[in-house]
Amino acid sequence: MLIETNNLRKTFGDTVAVDSLTLSVGAGEVFGFLGPNGAGKTTTVKMLLGLVAPTAGEARLLDHRPGDPAIMGRVGFLPEQFRFPAWLTAADFLDVHGRLYGLPAAERRARIPRLLERVGLADRARSKLGEYSKGMMQRVGLAQALLNDPALVFLDEPTSGLDPLGRREVRDLIHELRAAGVTVFLNSHFLSEVEVTCDRVAIVKRGRVVRIGTLAELTRQTTEVEIRAAGLSPELVAGLASWGQVGKWQIADNKLQEAGDNPQVAETENSIRNTQYAIRNDDVVRLTLTVANEDVLPEIADYLVQGGARVYTLAPQRISLEDLFMRVMEEEG
Amino acid sequence: MSVLEIARLTFLEARMRKMLWAILLLGAAFLILYAIGFHLIYADIRERMPGGVARLLEPTNFFVMAGLYAINFLVVMLAVLTSVDTIAGEIASGTIQTIVTKPLRRWQVVVGKWLGLALMLSVFTVVMCAALLLIVKLDAGYMPNNPVAAIGLIVLEGLVVLTLSILGGTRLSTLTNGVVVFMLYGLAFIAGWIEQIGSVLRSDAAVNVGIVVSLIMPSEAMWKRAAYLMQPPFLRELGFSATPFGAASAPSEAMVVYAVLYTVIALAVAVRWFGRRDL
Repeated sequence: MLIETNNLRKTFGDTVAVDSLTLSVGAGEVFGFLGPNGAGKTTTVKMLLGLVAPTAGEARLLDHRPGDPAIMGRVGFLPEQFRFPAWLTAADFLDVHGRLYGLPAAERRARIPRLLERVGLADRARSKLGEYSKGMMQRVGLAQALLNDPALVFLDEPTSGLDPLGRREVRDLIHELRAAGVTVFLNSHFLSEVEVTCDRVAIVKRGRVVRIGTLAELTRQTTEVEIRAAGLSPELVAGLASWGQVGKWQIADNKLQEAGDNPQVAETENSIRNTQYAIRNDDVVRLTLTVANEDVLPEIADYLVQGGARVYTLAPQRISLEDLFMRVMEEEG
Repeated sequence: MSVLEIARLTFLEARMRKMLWAILLLGAAFLILYAIGFHLIYADIRERMPGGVARLLEPTNFFVMAGLYAINFLVVMLAVLTSVDTIAGEIASGTIQTIVTKPLRRWQVVVGKWLGLALMLSVFTVVMCAALLLIVKLDAGYMPNNPVAAIGLIVLEGLVVLTLSILGGTRLSTLTNGVVVFMLYGLAFIAGWIEQIGSVLRSDAAVNVGIVVSLIMPSEAMWKRAAYLMQPPFLRELGFSATPFGAASAPSEAMVVYAVLYTVIALAVAVRWFGRRDL
């Protein structure tokens, strides 16, 4: 494992920034650390890099203690908030950091133009950083993080300040890093960015990891199933609650009528009971059911059919990371 | 190696931010102004003052001391202004995060920055003092006593202030750090006066106040000793040495040793504080 933490905790006075953080990140993984602002993401990265000392617990980076110079030559880091020296040109800035990495002059001369080209700043290599926009500064920061050809890169909000094109380029860059076997620890609150780039994700809230796993694992933990069936009685619908939470339902005059065609919609199974619209035997009801996992689908199909329903659709819907994230944020209060 | 890289970066920053050029140009302007002023005043004094009196009172020494005192003051200002933001500012801006996550140790960052600034400050001090003494030597043929030791003490005073400023930067914000160091310098300055006047008036209590404050901030004591070493002994005997630029009593050699130790310990504490703080 390139990153391992065990019950890592950081408090600032009475404020708990990170609590009981236990995770591991393997070689070549793109690991997303996802959470709202103030969730403790940056503090976690800082502890992993030795910038902040943990209050309790332990962290290991490349099997060394965080910040150990013996391994920091293999680690790249793009901080979330930084202000690089305005008086340096991009090329000089990278040269300074190349020297700090201990890179020989020949290697710096070869790598710096290549990296500036890669982040789209080749034509601004001799411009002072003080003349750079925030997005350009972010790009040169990325180049700095990759200067040492690292085995492990920490990117803290790498697309912050970038336009859509820049975000796309960062995503491509992360894909390239993954292809090259580089491990990426990506801190972000951009859900779409994490969704398309990360192999595994941890969702963190108020300093605690509340979900961790691959995207498939996380989204499978709560599966939304779309059911379209006729012959559903309110009692039969209510009985679905034993597998999960019944969500919105709608009833249509025509059994194949789509949702937008003037359906009557109720929010819960209770409202099914109380609705003024009686469910007729021919009515096609469309409803959603949130279940723990897809394994229960055959049981639900049996239940509905044996209850007299004619099932047209029983389809698990893959929920997006955004849906999951919002749900987790609401669930945990 | 990393220490030298950080020192080089500190020097590069001074050069790229045009600070180095400003210091060189304004330092040159200072010396030119001093040379013109000294030449005019010295010529006037030679005309007006009888030769015997002039030799006795050595007005040249007064002007040398005045010039060196101004340089001494500039050195203190530069020591604070060049260093007050070097660590505190980089912590505040987040710049330091990309530096200390490189394969180096935190102590190397502190010592490297100190080394870069200390070298620049020391070179500035030596060049300015030597140039001023040369101006006087060429114009009036005068060289005060113990010039090398005196310049060394002025360099040490700059290093004391510089190190204290770097120490403060590891804990305080830029502004607070600047205020603290300047205030400490002010305390040492006024305590130096209390000590000098106490010495003339034979007041042990006043002298002790000065010594105690010098232990807290031994900067001004270095100037006082430098001034004492450069003055002709008979000026002290005549009671003409307690001028703004002179010294009626000299801080002892032990105080010099103390200032060196003070600098080393302050740097060690800076290393320790910076090494342990969250960034």
